[in-house]
Amino acid sequence: MAALTIVYFAWVRERIGLDEEQVARPEPGATVADLVAELAARGGGHAEALGDTARLRAALDQRFVPLDTLIGDARELALFPPVTGG
Amino acid sequence: MKRVAVQAGDFDVAAELAALEALGGGGVASFTGVVRGGGGLIALELEHYPAMTQAQVDRICDEAMARWPLLGLSVIHRFGRLEPGARIVFVGTASRHRTAALESCAFLIDWLKSEAPFWKKEHFADGATGWVEALAEDEVKAKGWNSDD
Repeated sequence: MAALTIVYFAWVRERIGLDEEQVARPEPGATVADLVAELAARGGGHAEALGDTARLRAALDQRFVPLDTLIGDARELALFPPVTGG
Repeated sequence: MKRVAVQAGDFDVAAELAALEALGGGGVASFTGVVRGGGGLIALELEHYPAMTQAQVDRICDEAMARWPLLGLSVIHRFGRLEPGARIVFVGTASRHRTAALESCAFLIDWLKSEAPFWKKEHFADGATGWVEALAEDEVKAKGWNSDD
């Protein structure tokens, strides 16, 4: 199956130093939190951006989801801090 | 009428209000958000998630139209670099009933704050920058509209 695209916003994007990246599709049964832990384990900017999951929010295919959501066959995962619009 | 715009450029509040007034409902409510100056702030930079923003604001508007008897609504949210005094966001609602117009306007701006994918970065005169932190009270306000919680 195709790779998964991850897009980053705000300080998550700045700390990682990338707007987006492609990763190998996680095993079936993997949640957003599982993938976040795997990315944070790379260290460096990824660890800085993704280490504290209490400050992270996510969207799968442009819908907000809790971090314990299964990634399934989603094509795009977005990771970002709590939103501050309005 | 449902008008949703996510744009870099400014908007004309008078024209937006006139379009809502022309619907003939008799009641129009609106909120305009403006960049607050002070503390050495020279600009706010609004980042958003282009693939998601329009659809998400659209969903928030559909929710307002389902909850209140509205003749029309208009939501405009800007992105990019905005200086103190610049307009950021406009919400306008039209109804035959003032309560519906006022309540739906408050609902829309509360939901935009915690349910629309925008992030604000502050730029200060001394060169410092910082991302605005989400306020727990904003999330509480948005959740307060959930009657099923």
